[in-house]
Amino acid sequence: MSEMTYAQAARLGLQEEMRRDPTVWALGEDLGYEGGMAGQYSDLQAEFGDNRIVDTPISESTIMGAAVGAALAGTRPIAELRFSDFAMCAVDELVNQAAKARYMFGGQARVPMVARMPIGIRGGIAAQHSQSPEAWYTHVPGLVVVTPGTPAENRGLLKAAIRCDDPVVYMEHKGLWGMTGEVDESDQSEIPLGTARTVRDGRDITIVSWAAQVGVASEAAEVLAGEGVVAEVVDLRTLWPWDRETVMASVAKTGKLLVVHEAVRVGGFGGEVAAEVAEELGVPVARLGGERIPIPFSIPLEEAYKIKADRIVARVKEMLA
Amino acid sequence: MTSNLANEPARVAAMFRKMLVIRAFEEAAGENFFVGHVRGSVHQYIGEESIAVGICENLRDDDYLTSNHRGHGHSIAKGADPRAMMLELFGKVGGTSDGKGGSMHIADFSVGMLGANGVIADGCTISVGAAQAVKLLGQDRIVVNFIGDGGINRGPFMEALNWAKVYELPVLFVCENNQIAATTTTRLVTAGEGIAKRAESFDVPAVTIDGNDLFTVDGTAARVISEIRNGSGPQLIQAMTYRLRGHFAHDDAGYREAGEAEAALAHEPIRRTEAWLLENGLSQDELDGMRDEVTAEIAGYVEDAKQADWPDPSLAFTDVQDVGAPAIPGVAS
Ligand SMILES: Cc1ncc(C[n+]2csc(CCOP(=O)(O)OP(=O)(O)O)c2C)c(N)n1
Repeated sequence: MSEMTYAQAARLGLQEEMRRDPTVWALGEDLGYEGGMAGQYSDLQAEFGDNRIVDTPISESTIMGAAVGAALAGTRPIAELRFSDFAMCAVDELVNQAAKARYMFGGQARVPMVARMPIGIRGGIAAQHSQSPEAWYTHVPGLVVVTPGTPAENRGLLKAAIRCDDPVVYMEHKGLWGMTGEVDESDQSEIPLGTARTVRDGRDITIVSWAAQVGVASEAAEVLAGEGVVAEVVDLRTLWPWDRETVMASVAKTGKLLVVHEAVRVGGFGGEVAAEVAEELGVPVARLGGERIPIPFSIPLEEAYKIKADRIVARVKEMLA
Repeated sequence: MTSNLANEPARVAAMFRKMLVIRAFEEAAGENFFVGHVRGSVHQYIGEESIAVGICENLRDDDYLTSNHRGHGHSIAKGADPRAMMLELFGKVGGTSDGKGGSMHIADFSVGMLGANGVIADGCTISVGAAQAVKLLGQDRIVVNFIGDGGINRGPFMEALNWAKVYELPVLFVCENNQIAATTTTRLVTAGEGIAKRAESFDVPAVTIDGNDLFTVDGTAARVISEIRNGSGPQLIQAMTYRLRGHFAHDDAGYREAGEAEAALAHEPIRRTEAWLLENGLSQDELDGMRDEVTAEIAGYVEDAKQADWPDPSLAFTDVQDVGAPAIPGVAS
């Protein structure tokens, strides 16, 4: 076991997969010298050469489009978009090409690529560098959507994403780059896509979340525990496919569901989970998510956007009242 | 390119002062970033001041400008209020966007500054649209788009050049070629001769100049802007320059060759303009006085920004949209 950061764990996962499979490679801006925005590629160009860690021009459409082409032609590319906000420059290549090639071509093709596009608020980088658009991609048939929440998961899920034959939208949370945790380096297995993790056992209510919001949900659960309310916290980890079995079993036990995410509530993926649970179990469900506003710059405005633990606590109490 | 500036020391001095304001603003932005007053990313314009000032001095207030992530200098040169900009960087009330946008989204529509931009090259297509509007409304404004050498490898740059030429739009593309994009040497990821050649391939006239020479920038801008206003269609100026600092305030630029930045200091625009002013009638005392005045002015803005109020959190929920706007917490809808 070693302690490492979320960024270091991702770097390790990528390095291991690149050592294991010579067809794995990455392309994106500033991967060589800089080593990625959080060091998640650092020194990999020295180890694998500039054919496998490719520094690209500022050409997002081609970063994504080239990854599609390279995946169709027998390799496993990782397209690094730096911010999910810039990935929007290449949504066409992802949605119209990567997601549909296998289907349109009658199963002749596979698109084993990872579109890596960090999400979330990191503090003071405002409307075009802080978005959480994960729900957009869950709506697109053909795509897998992953949102790792801890260092170990950022290694294990990245390994799974790289090994997956489908295009995977891999959304690390920028606020978690420095989060530390234990990683078992001797274990080379992947964390299967589509499996949730129960972060905390409970009996009174199930709180489902993902990415950085899991930490806030756990904080709220801690506060609730002090008041005699035992909340179960589930980290979805993969949004598509999402782990219905774990969520349904948890809610069947607790009888109530609250989904919490940093992304805008309207049209957010919380709506999908809540609706499915309500349809299947007929229990009370609720959602907490960001107001439908762009992420502001100034501290008090940015804070006003966030879903803090006290809001979760209050919502849970309302639901239990 | 000769400039009419040589006859006008007073005009040069005024432009020099503006360059000093930009330099002092950027130094203050960086310092306050390091002590935590300014959050996020601060991309300083240090060493490139002559380009924005030389270009914008030849624009009218009602001409439009679109910018990129390194937009403080462009904004000040176009006439945005540096005090309001400093307040914006601090996220305070009275900022250009009352703290909603921050460093990468400075805008001042009252002087035609249509916004800095966090997304590389998106200003290119916005400029085309602004120029379409100018045409539709029968105005004689022009639109200036500032783009970096790294930005020219995004599709929107090529699409905008093509479009602007097809419709003969009044757009001036100004590519500030500081030869590096973040940590990547642009030449290594750019095919062909690059910027000017790309423009020329669309029949967009392009000229490459020493961007650190205020006189050349001013003279070129005067000619090109008047041609565009008189219907020449789009043109491009490639202004060669050097980014004296890291990509952003927290980048130590370790990827540079040893001695490179020091060597570049000899060519930096403020020193060069200052040397000319000394030769053309201004005394060192006068120049030092000007510098002190500007430093004090910016220090005053920093002080104002420190003292200013934080915006009320409810402001986060305003100005989203008219139809279907979010409720403002605490305000009955
Ligand atoms: C579409 C997009 N891709 C990537 C980035 C990240 N990024 C910000 S600035 C920058 C380098 C820009 O270089 P250049 O255009 O030459 O301008 P300079 O910084 O040198 O002024 C990059 C890659 C971005 N903001 N937008």
